[in-house]
Amino acid sequence: MRKNVRNLILKVLAGPVVFAFMTPAVVAETIHEARSKYRDITVTQVGERRCLLFNVHRGDRNQTCMMMNDRDQLVFDYTRMSFVGLLLQPEPESILVIGLGGGSIPMTFAELYPDAKIDVIEIDEAVVNVAEDYFYYSDTDNMKAHVDDGRPFIKRAGIRGETYDYIVLDAFSGDYIPEHMLTREFLEEVKKIMTDDSVLVANTFSTSRLYDHESVTYQRSFGEFYNFKLPTSGNRIIIATLNTLPPRGELVEASRRIAPSLEKFGISLTDYPRRLTTRVDWDMSRRELTDQYSPGNLLREN
Amino acid sequence: MSDKQARVLPRAIIASMAFVSGFCIMTIEMLGARILSPYFGGSLSVWGSIITIFMLALALGYLLGGRLSTRNPSANTYALFFICAAVFSLPVIFFADFIMEPIFLAIEDPRYGSLFASIFLFFIPTSILGMISPYSVRLMVESEKDSGQMAGLLYFISTLGSAAGTLGTSFYFVLWFEVNQILWGSVIALIFAGCAILLSDYLRNLNTRSSNPSHAKKRA
Repeated sequence: MRKNVRNLILKVLAGPVVFAFMTPAVVAETIHEARSKYRDITVTQVGERRCLLFNVHRGDRNQTCMMMNDRDQLVFDYTRMSFVGLLLQPEPESILVIGLGGGSIPMTFAELYPDAKIDVIEIDEAVVNVAEDYFYYSDTDNMKAHVDDGRPFIKRAGIRGETYDYIVLDAFSGDYIPEHMLTREFLEEVKKIMTDDSVLVANTFSTSRLYDHESVTYQRSFGEFYNFKLPTSGNRIIIATLNTLPPRGELVEASRRIAPSLEKFGISLTDYPRRLTTRVDWDMSRRELTDQYSPGNLLREN
Repeated sequence: MSDKQARVLPRAIIASMAFVSGFCIMTIEMLGARILSPYFGGSLSVWGSIITIFMLALALGYLLGGRLSTRNPSANTYALFFICAAVFSLPVIFFADFIMEPIFLAIEDPRYGSLFASIFLFFIPTSILGMISPYSVRLMVESEKDSGQMAGLLYFISTLGSAAGTLGTSFYFVLWFEVNQILWGSVIALIFAGCAILLSDYLRNLNTRSSNPSHAKKRA
């Protein structure tokens, strides 16, 4: 009897909650909010899907999401696309990731290459804390998150003569673009920490005038590079090396070889080679971005 | 010239100069973050360093400018502030890398690195620009009674100039020009301002010299 009453009370209380979940727009539950020096950070969860959002009040989209029942699974295209560089450098021993987010990119690398040395650079300490507390990120013997700005970190690494086999530039997904990491001089500093076997994977913009300016800048710095877009993704990935790019045939072969190890992360690597192109689809007359001229945030709005 | 209360320069000139100095201060300050970011990054602390150093430099400038205004205020000294500010801004254009590189190598922490770089790049020109404000007040004021009003008017105009410099630089100049081109714009504006003061003073002296004898003739 008492049990029945309790059930009834529970049902009455749960009614509106159930109703809320049945409405077309599923309301995500906010499980954590933090305000850092740079942004508002929100962690939400719908069912098993937990997401990290920056500046929700200004309508930003998800930075990163994780399935709590399948934490290896990479939820977003752009995250999966960051592994395309494995086609050119399948055995990285040292990896540099600029921009931590929820940590899914470095954690995937750590799982794939447990012996590789991984440095992650994140400017916002609050993001590191959230990644640790809500997205299972943690430093290991080989993986370390540094709270620092990407540019001085790379400049110092270059002066010390350190190099990385695989460099992911993922600092451009927020609402504010770090303009000093779009310039020709910056790319020259990145080249200093690359060897002939290194690959640079930059997750950048696919729309606005900035696309043209950025493409011109990479072209001047690296020569020909691979452009990688998926029809479903709003971004594009630039893949650049110091040497001339390998022919596509080699990439197809590499993709077949590596794809099995990436399956559990949801990365279908064999689909990627045919999406890579060196075709110039930007306005080549646009001005190169330099430390003297880099109005990235203004160019994006135009 | 012996009359203490006689204005050295027309009010319109002094007001324009206050606008130019306010404009240039904020233009250089807004570019500061761009100049420092290749070495010290774009973190909030870099902005903090720049603003701190500009505030301290202006504070010192106000003090020194006020002190200098008590000794024989003249158009020549006033013009010299503008020309010196222009000259001491030139290292930002020519030697920024030479100045920042050793600081970057010596100091790991970007907060203190950017603080020291800001001192060496911006402290002197900003101090000199700060001297202009109190000196302008001295040149503009004719009597005790209107001193507050004149000071208020000058703050108004120079702060308008600062607002225009901030908006112009961050919205448009960086989209149209390179950092050094904008700095050259400031340098040239300051030199023009200095020359305008000297010219205005020269013409005024010419007028008083040529008009005095004619006055005397009429009276005779």
